[in-house]
Amino acid sequence: MTNNLRVKSSKFIDETYKISFKFNNKTYYGYKGDTLASALLANNIHLVGRSFKYHRPRGIMTAGSEEPNAIVQLHKNTSRTEPNVRATEIEIYEGLEASSQNCWPSVNFDIGGINNFLSPVLPAGFYYKTFMWPASFWEKYEYFIRKSAGLGKSPTEPDPDIYEHKYIHCDVLVIGAGISGIIAAKTSAKNGFKTLLLDEKPHLGGSTIYQNSEYFKINNQISSSWLEKEINEIKKIDNLEIKTRTSVAAFHGYNFLLARENLTDHLPLHQRDGKVRHRLLKIRAKKVISATGSLERPLVFDNNDRPGILLSSAIEKYSNLFGVACGQKNIIFTNNDSAYETAISLFQKGIKIEAIIDNRENVDSKLVKEIEKNNIKIYKGYTVVNTFGYKRINKISIMQLSKDGQKVVGSKISIDCDCLGMSGGWTPAVHLFTQSGGKLKFRDEDQVFIPDTYPSDQISIGSCNGEFTLDEILSSISKKLKDFLNIKKTEYENLEIQSHFNKTKRNIWLLPSDKIIGKTKPFVDYQNDATAKDIKLALREGFRSIEHVKRYTTTGMGTDQGKLGNMHALGIISETAGSKMGELGTTTFRPPYTPLTFGTIVGRNVGEYFDVFRKTPIHDWHVENKAKFENVGQWKRAWFYPKKNESMHEAVQRESKAARDSAGILDASTLGKIDIKGTDASEFLNRVYTNAWSKLDIGKCRYGLMLNEDGMVYDDGVTTRLDENHYIMTTTTGGAATVLGKLEDYLQTEWPELDVYLTSVTDHYATISVCGPNSKKIISKVIPNLDLSDEKFPHMSFKNTKIDKVKCRVMRISFTGEQSYEINVQANYGKSVWKKCMEAGKEFNITPYGTETMHLLRAEKGFIIVGQDTDATMTPIDLQMDWIVSKKKYDFIGKRSLYRSDTIREDRKQLIGLVTENPKEVLEEGAQIVLDASKSPVEMLGHVTSSYYSPNLEKSIALGVVKGGKNMIGQKLIIPMENKQINVTITDPVFLDKENKRLNA
Amino acid sequence: MFLIHCPYCGEREQSEFKAGGEAHIVRPKQPTELSDDQWAEYLFMRKNIKGVQFERWVHTHGCRKWFNMVRDTSNDEIKAIYKMGEKPPTKYK
Repeated sequence: MTNNLRVKSSKFIDETYKISFKFNNKTYYGYKGDTLASALLANNIHLVGRSFKYHRPRGIMTAGSEEPNAIVQLHKNTSRTEPNVRATEIEIYEGLEASSQNCWPSVNFDIGGINNFLSPVLPAGFYYKTFMWPASFWEKYEYFIRKSAGLGKSPTEPDPDIYEHKYIHCDVLVIGAGISGIIAAKTSAKNGFKTLLLDEKPHLGGSTIYQNSEYFKINNQISSSWLEKEINEIKKIDNLEIKTRTSVAAFHGYNFLLARENLTDHLPLHQRDGKVRHRLLKIRAKKVISATGSLERPLVFDNNDRPGILLSSAIEKYSNLFGVACGQKNIIFTNNDSAYETAISLFQKGIKIEAIIDNRENVDSKLVKEIEKNNIKIYKGYTVVNTFGYKRINKISIMQLSKDGQKVVGSKISIDCDCLGMSGGWTPAVHLFTQSGGKLKFRDEDQVFIPDTYPSDQISIGSCNGEFTLDEILSSISKKLKDFLNIKKTEYENLEIQSHFNKTKRNIWLLPSDKIIGKTKPFVDYQNDATAKDIKLALREGFRSIEHVKRYTTTGMGTDQGKLGNMHALGIISETAGSKMGELGTTTFRPPYTPLTFGTIVGRNVGEYFDVFRKTPIHDWHVENKAKFENVGQWKRAWFYPKKNESMHEAVQRESKAARDSAGILDASTLGKIDIKGTDASEFLNRVYTNAWSKLDIGKCRYGLMLNEDGMVYDDGVTTRLDENHYIMTTTTGGAATVLGKLEDYLQTEWPELDVYLTSVTDHYATISVCGPNSKKIISKVIPNLDLSDEKFPHMSFKNTKIDKVKCRVMRISFTGEQSYEINVQANYGKSVWKKCMEAGKEFNITPYGTETMHLLRAEKGFIIVGQDTDATMTPIDLQMDWIVSKKKYDFIGKRSLYRSDTIREDRKQLIGLVTENPKEVLEEGAQIVLDASKSPVEMLGHVTSSYYSPNLEKSIALGVVKGGKNMIGQKLIIPMENKQINVTITDPVFLDKENKRLNA
Repeated sequence: MFLIHCPYCGEREQSEFKAGGEAHIVRPKQPTELSDDQWAEYLFMRKNIKGVQFERWVHTHGCRKWFNMVRDTSNDEIKAIYKMGEKPPTKYK
C-alpha cells in the first residue's frame, strides 16, 4: 500500500479522496482523478500484462486510447466482467478489480513465456506455414490453436447494464476538445451555430491543459492558464453542448457519425444499477471540425517493449496531470524536440533524468539549451541499441549513429535507468478523416500523412492536420474558421504566441543495431508481437501490398489497430522495398476508432425487443389455449396446439385428422392483403399474374401465380373481385411487403398510364378459415341469414354479409382441399368472431389448427408453398402448373422468360410427389435424391422440399424436385442418409382427392 | 449514410430508402418478339459504372414513391434527383 511515486500534487488529482482497488487480487489505492494506469504507476507497478504471441512481460506504454499493452480484464467471473480494457482509459473507482490477461498462472510467472525463447521458430506466417500438412489434420490443430488465441475472456452471464441510442442533429460538430477544438467550438457557438463538442477523455483541454512550461505562452500567459479561462467561458455558452468521455467511433459519408458516450464506467458498481451505461450517439452534423490531435510515435530498436519503456509524452502526462513519476532514473530517447518538453517538466518537478539520447547531431533550440544548462547529459547523434531487464527495464546500451543513419559506429555505452521515454515524432490522428472518405497526402519533411481532400463539409485543424506547434496552430486557426464557418472575424486574430520549438527531426524508421536483424526484437506492433524482422521476412517472401503485409504479419490487427506502429510498418516496407511512402498508401482505417461494447451497438434492442414482432388480433386466444408459436417473417403464428402431454407430432396428427373428418379452424390473418382499385385494375392483374383476369365475374375468386421477370415463381394467392373496379389480393405471409413493393414498382415506373391504386390492408382484417365437412353447418350457425347452398355460394366465390352488426366478407376458398369458408372481419372484431365460430363448432368438435397442420393438409393435396417447394429457380412449368399459364395473353411479367433456352430444358428440376417403400418412414426435408449411390461422385437429381406423415392417408408423403421428374412417375430412387438408404418412388404430387370431390362434399 | 432528398418528402435518412438498380432500362413493349439475346440484354445486363451512374431509388419507409438519382459511385456524391418520367439531366450523360 504505497503511493511513493507521487510527486508534486496535481490539480486534476484529489488527494483528499482515496480510492482503493484491486489489481491481480492485491489491494492498492489511488486518488480520485487517477486512471488505473496512473494509480498502478504511482504504486511503482509497470508490469501489467503479457504480449500475445511471445508472452513477453509488458507494461504501460501510453496514457491514452492508443495503448497496446496495458489491457486488463475487469471484474473477472462476474456478469460485469469486460476483457481488453485499456488501463490508461479506465478511471478508478472504489471496488475496481482488474487482472492481467494472456498469462497463466500469473503475470509474474507465465508458462507461455516459453514462446519468447521459441521465437526463432515462430516467424511471421507461422501458422499458415506449419499447419498446412496434412490437410486432414487441420481440425486437430485448430482445436489447440483456437484455445491459445484471444486475449481476455468474454462474459458468460447476461449483461446487467442498460444501453441506448440517441440521434443528435447539429450545425457544427467539433471532435476533440484540445486547444484547437476549444477555440473552434467557442467560435462556432458564439456565431450562433448549434454546436456539439466531444472528447474521449473525462477532462477538456487535451494535452495543452497540463503544459505548465514557461516556454509556451499565449498573450503572455502560460498556455494552460490561457486555455483554462477559455474552457470556463465555453461552459457558459447556451447553444454549445459538451460531452466528455465520449469517443467518436465512426465518421461515415454525409457527415453521419457514431459516438459512444460513456456514462457509468467510472462509477462504483453499486451506483450503476438502473442507469444507462453507454449511449450510442447517431450524429448528423451540417459541418464537422476534426481536432482529433496526434499520437506520439515510438522508436523501433532492439527490445523496445520492456516494462518501463513509455512514450515520452505519456511520462509527461503522468507527471503533469496525475502527479506521478514513472521512474526515478529516467532516460529520454528522441529524434525531435518534443521530448525536451517532457525532460524540462520532469526536471522542474525534481524527477531525475539520467540522460537524453538524441538521434540528431546538431540540436541547439532553446529547450535543448535549457537542459544542457542543468547539466543533463545529451548524447547527440546516438541511438539506443538494446535494453535490459526482464520485467522492468534496468539498463540501456547506446551507440553513435553513422552519418547516413544506417549503421552504428564506435563503442557501446551502458546507462542504468528504471524508465525510458521514447519520442519518434507525431502521427496525426487522421483515422476519422479517412473513414469519412477523405484522401491523405504524405508530407516528406516530417514523414506524416495529413488530410488532403475532404469528401464532405468538414475541416481538420490542429495537430491532426499536421500542425504540431502552438504557433503553427494558433496563427492559422482564425482564418481557417472564418473560411469554414463563413464568418467575418474571430476573437483569435491577434494572439501573441511564444513557442520555442525546433521542428527539425531525424526520422529513421528502423534504428540500426550492432547485431544482425535476425538476432534482434525491434517491435513494431506491440500487442501482436510483430517485429521489423517479420515485416522484412514478409517482403522477402514476396508480399508487396501493405494490406497483405498487414495480414501476413498481423501488424495493426490488435485491439489497438496499430495506432502506434502502423507508420513504422509502412516506413520499413518503403525503405526495404525502395518505394516511396506516399505511393505505398496506408491500410484502411475502419470503424470503430476504439472498440465498442456489443451493448452499445444493440442499445435497447435486446430480448423481446431484438426484432419487432407482429401479432394477429386473435393472438391472445392462441396464448390462452397453449399454442406453440412459429416465426413467419415478423409474425408470430400459432404452430400447433398441444393438448396435455402431446408431442408436436401427436398434436399435428390429431389436428389434421379433425380438419378432414369434421371441422378445423385456422387463424389466417397474417396473409398479405392488398386492396386494388381503379378502372385499369383488371388489366393490371392481367399483367402481373400468369393467368387471365378480365373475365372474372364480380363476386368470384381466382388463384393467381406471380412470376419475376426471369420467369421464376415469386408469389401466389387468391384474388377476389369485389366490384367492377375493385379487387382484394392475398399474398403469402412472408411476401406481403415485397409483393406490394414490386407491384408499386411496375405501376409507377413501367405502366404509369394505368389507373390503379394499391393499399396494404393486411392489418385491417382478421381472417378466420373454417374447413372440413361440417364447416357449412358451423358457418350457417354463425351467419344464419347467409345462403350457403352450393348454387348460391359455390367454391371460389365471395359474399358481403354481416355477423350481428359487423360487416364481413366471406370467401369460399380452400387451401386444404376441404370445403372451407374464410371470414374476413375488421381486425378488432377478430377475436370475438373466432370465439363465435368455436362456440358454434363445439358440437362438431371444431379443432383449432396451426401452421404445421395447414402445411400437412395442403401437401396431401399437392399445393405448393412458395419459398418451401420453390426457391427462385422454379418456373410454373417446373411446378407442373402449366394450367395456370395463359397461352392467349400477349404479355405478363415473366412470360418471355418461360421460353428461354434454359427454361425450356426438359431436365430442369421439376416438382413431383414421393412415397417411401416403408410407409412409416418419413423423409427429411432437404434430403438429397439420387438414382445410384454406389458410383462416386454420386449424381444429385434433386431434393425433398416438404415431408409429412399423413394421418388421413396413413402413410408418409413428400414433395420434392427432381431433374426431369415430370416424366419419371413410377421411377424408384434412393435417398441416402447418414446410416441408411431410403427407397422411394416418384408419384404425382396430388396424394388425396385428385377429383376435388371434398370441396363440395 | 446518405441524406437523400426525396422529391416528394424532402431530405431523409438513407435507411428509409431502397436502391433499385440502374435507371432508364425500359421494359420492352413486345417481349415476345425479342430473341433470347435481346431479352437477356434487357433482363440481366447492367453497366455497374465506377463514376457517375443513373439509378432508381424508392422511398420505402416514406411515400413509397420511386424516383431517379444521379450518383457518383466512386465518392457517393448525389448529383441530381428527379421524378420518374422526367428527363435525366443532360450534363451527366
